Amino acid sequence: MRILINGRTVDQDFIERVEEISGQNIKQCMQCGTCSASCPMEEGMDMSPRKVMHLTQMGLREYVESANTVWICASCHTCEARCPRGVDLPRVMEAIRLLTLRKNKDAVDPNQLEAAVIDEAPQVAMVGCFRKLTA
Amino acid sequence: MKVSYYPGCTLKTKARNLEDTALAALAALGFELEELPRWNCCGAVTSLAQDDLLHMLAPVRDLIRAKEQGSDKLVTICSMCYNTLARANLVMRDDAVKRDALNHFMDEEPDYAGEVEVVHLLNFIRDEVGWDKLRASVKRPLTGLRVAPYYGCTLVRPAEVAIEPAVEATVFEKFIEALGAEVVDNPGAFDCCGSYQILSNPKQALGAAADVLSKAEVVGADMLALSCPLCDYNLGKRQKELVADHGLKTQLPTIYFTQLLAVALGLEPAICHFELNHEGTRSLLEDRKLIPVSAV
Repeated sequence: MRILINGRTVDQDFIERVEEISGQNIKQCMQCGTCSASCPMEEGMDMSPRKVMHLTQMGLREYVESANTVWICASCHTCEARCPRGVDLPRVMEAIRLLTLRKNKDAVDPNQLEAAVIDEAPQVAMVGCFRKLTA
Repeated sequence: MKVSYYPGCTLKTKARNLEDTALAALAALGFELEELPRWNCCGAVTSLAQDDLLHMLAPVRDLIRAKEQGSDKLVTICSMCYNTLARANLVMRDDAVKRDALNHFMDEEPDYAGEVEVVHLLNFIRDEVGWDKLRASVKRPLTGLRVAPYYGCTLVRPAEVAIEPAVEATVFEKFIEALGAEVVDNPGAFDCCGSYQILSNPKQALGAAADVLSKAEVVGADMLALSCPLCDYNLGKRQKELVADHGLKTQLPTIYFTQLLAVALGLEPAICHFELNHEGTRSLLEDRKLIPVSAV
């Protein structure tokens, strides 16, 4: 993927809002990739957590927001436990999710769940999923 | 010491096998917990945003109910509830700005500052019963049963609410050992089962679940012991799909740690509600003569 980076492509507002909502200093990330190597969901992501951190550092909002990464993250906190720079990645993922959800855009439609799944799935799964992925 | 009990939504319905066995086993061990009056859903997941205090209200209200009961401790069994309540409690104890905002917003409630300690049942058994007393209370030792402990995420992460530090944790292992079973060193004990993504991205979640089960399978576990209804759903109830689509070789029954406890204490098998488990759980225990063969 070729990405043009210059003064005009940096969305400073995106960087600031992610840092504000997450409470994290995203510049602390040194791109070691421990998060991606530890992530149980990385296989299904079209952009690894490390890359999301990198593009967020550069304020490339459109690339980050069009990736499925934050919507596949299960908030398992493995990356947070292992990050050698002390970045709480699940909070960064949550901040990026919220920037979309707060425009009243859902990432999952409860009506699309199969009846058999609703019958069997525990309440913690449904409440957790809808809390994380709907506006 | 007064101890309150927070059941949570799932334990009252789809995970009766978790609650009924826990309460019966605790009664057999001489503990009666007082269920919170008017408890509400804890929210299942913690809000990770600095500016989202609204989602802290539900767990904090539950904590206030425990304080009103005059309790020092609030025991939970479901791993998700434990995590959500324990993290909300830390915010109320340690973050003065958020605490003041939440207390001010809930002006109809008494102020709360993290006075109640949130305790997971495994730690409660470790600290209040103790391994020696537990071992002495066992009537039907689970001899020969190879059990892999599965902590999952929410009992051990983030570190500030871990029931014991991840990787070095031994509480689950010591519990299984006290019941007379053989502890299997489980390399996937702290891995994620895919969590709530089972509803939104089932393919990826089932992939994560398959990894967890494969790791326990490789080390020769007969059963995977867990404490979370969501883990049990992904790893147990959805396991058939894993065998079909994710290269899992054999079935691996899952069981709640409280069910193992109820069996070992020789309690009435009917309270175990094995019909709510993975289909292989009951038959494996029957084959090992740990529970009587049920009439079909």
